[in-house]
Amino acid sequence: MKEIATEVIRSPGYWSTVLRRFARDPVAVIAAAVVLGLILMAVFAPWLAPQDPLQGMTLRRLRPPGTEGYPLGTDELGRDMLSRLIHGARISLFMGIVPVFAALAIGATIGIVAGYAGGWTNTLLMRTVDVFFAFPSVLLAVALAGAMGPGILNSILALTLVFVPPIARVAESVTTGVRTRDYVEAARASGAGALLVIRKHVLGNVLGPIFVYAMSLIAVCMILASGLSFLGLGVKPPLPDWGLMLNTLRTAIYTQPLLCALPGVMIFITSISFNLMTDGLRSAMDIKA
Amino acid sequence: MLAYAFKRILFTLPIMLGVSVVCFALVHLAPGDPLVSVLPPDASQSIKEQMTKLYGFDRPYHEQFGRWVVRAVQGDLGTSIRTGRPVSAEIGKAVGNTLMIAALATFIGFVLGCLFGFVAGYFRDTWVDKSASAAAVFGVSVPHYWLGMVLVIIFAAQLGWLPPTGAGPGGSEAWAWDWVHVKHLILPAVTMSVIPMGIIARTVRALVAEILSQEFVAGLRAKGLSELGVFRHVVKNAAPTALAVMGIQLGYLLGGSILIETVFAWPGTGLLLNDAIFQRDLPLLQGTILVLAMFFVVLNLAVDVMQTTLDPRIQRA
Repeated sequence: MKEIATEVIRSPGYWSTVLRRFARDPVAVIAAAVVLGLILMAVFAPWLAPQDPLQGMTLRRLRPPGTEGYPLGTDELGRDMLSRLIHGARISLFMGIVPVFAALAIGATIGIVAGYAGGWTNTLLMRTVDVFFAFPSVLLAVALAGAMGPGILNSILALTLVFVPPIARVAESVTTGVRTRDYVEAARASGAGALLVIRKHVLGNVLGPIFVYAMSLIAVCMILASGLSFLGLGVKPPLPDWGLMLNTLRTAIYTQPLLCALPGVMIFITSISFNLMTDGLRSAMDIKA
Repeated sequence: MLAYAFKRILFTLPIMLGVSVVCFALVHLAPGDPLVSVLPPDASQSIKEQMTKLYGFDRPYHEQFGRWVVRAVQGDLGTSIRTGRPVSAEIGKAVGNTLMIAALATFIGFVLGCLFGFVAGYFRDTWVDKSASAAAVFGVSVPHYWLGMVLVIIFAAQLGWLPPTGAGPGGSEAWAWDWVHVKHLILPAVTMSVIPMGIIARTVRALVAEILSQEFVAGLRAKGLSELGVFRHVVKNAAPTALAVMGIQLGYLLGGSILIETVFAWPGTGLLLNDAIFQRDLPLLQGTILVLAMFFVVLNLAVDVMQTTLDPRIQRA
């Protein structure tokens, strides 16, 4: 046996090309940095926040931003606004991201199975998905959360169900496109089983686009989740959540307008950063919107 | 064409059935006894049984569902627990108000979205495109309920130009097309319009850019057609998709008006839904959701058929 020495010259892979193209887009890079910053803020909230977000002082209610010791003022129960906004990142980001990933797992599975199997399986799965797609997303989220009652878990369940249909649809259409390619046909013709073909040939080609699509839903999910809390259907007081804070501060709209608007600024910054980051990722991967 | 429309309607029927199953299931998804909001906590066992029988909750699910659907088709959605009036009457009163702000918002969003989209698509990668695209990103990213609050702070609380809430002076619900009433319409409709604005601007920008890169445009220019003439061709090609997106957006706004209507206390279906949820008025909740969802399904169908009619290139199986 003779050893064959081979020198592998690696051409830059797909993902490193994508990353390089992403890095050339300044807007996307800044957006990604903001997202990272927000995530770090959520993780290190207890160390960053100057005060306890739950401890209020009734004597110091509704102080305007700039008050000594309270750089962003105090809320309707005299709690430090800055600390509540920092801590709010935890629940708000959690509620914006978790439902999308849960829906990604479920929706991608449904879509890939339906797209790969075709025929009756496809019809059955996709028509069921269509029923949930027939509801406007806000209506479906509100209806489900409203029927199940307020709470973090119920909101997450409701939002997950809202995002399964769109993800399943995208997954199904990408998979159907890949399934008829020659190399998949070839793999099947050579006797590979369905699971093997899906794992080796289909997943690698469909997960990228499905993932990017799911990423683009995080901004929507953030707005929807905060919206549920704003309606009183999501996070329950006294937990700090940006949507809930907007709701409870609404009464102070005439007395402390600047203060009331602050939680919404955080929701806005988060959702616009996720949107710009995903736009950059999408054009780096050259996926048409 | 007719055959296609017929086929499409036929495909919509199972969706409608599915939607009504989901709406029906919502009540049974609710934790606890569905009658909990009707009965006083100290109601006797015999009264409980009577009420259960009256509402039909003692029958098997499929029978309850069947009766509910048959009545719903006839326009009977049950009785509101809160007001004692028929649910269909409550919805009928509210749906006009929601349609009013949703239609106005869609119109504003369509005009601005098309403007931004065309400008951005025509002057790609210039500062004009960048600012128009920024407006579009703003539209799809801003939490609109917060934007509503900000507008109330500016135009109602600070400047005092427009009323912050309600649909008429002194909370009256009788609508009239005079300035006193129209004033109430402005803030909710403008707030709502940012979503369709953003989405339509993005769609139109991509459409225009794609159309302009096609060979027939180069051909039109080569034969000496004026820019205005070329523009007309672009509009004609972009119109079916843009109009379709507009139609779908109207449906989203109608169904998703709850947040805006809560901010502005606008007496539409969203506020009705809000009341139904918090007072656990289940027949009202079920009925409102059913009507809004059905409206969305029918609108989707209409948009689809319209798009196929306008654009013969779309070949649908």
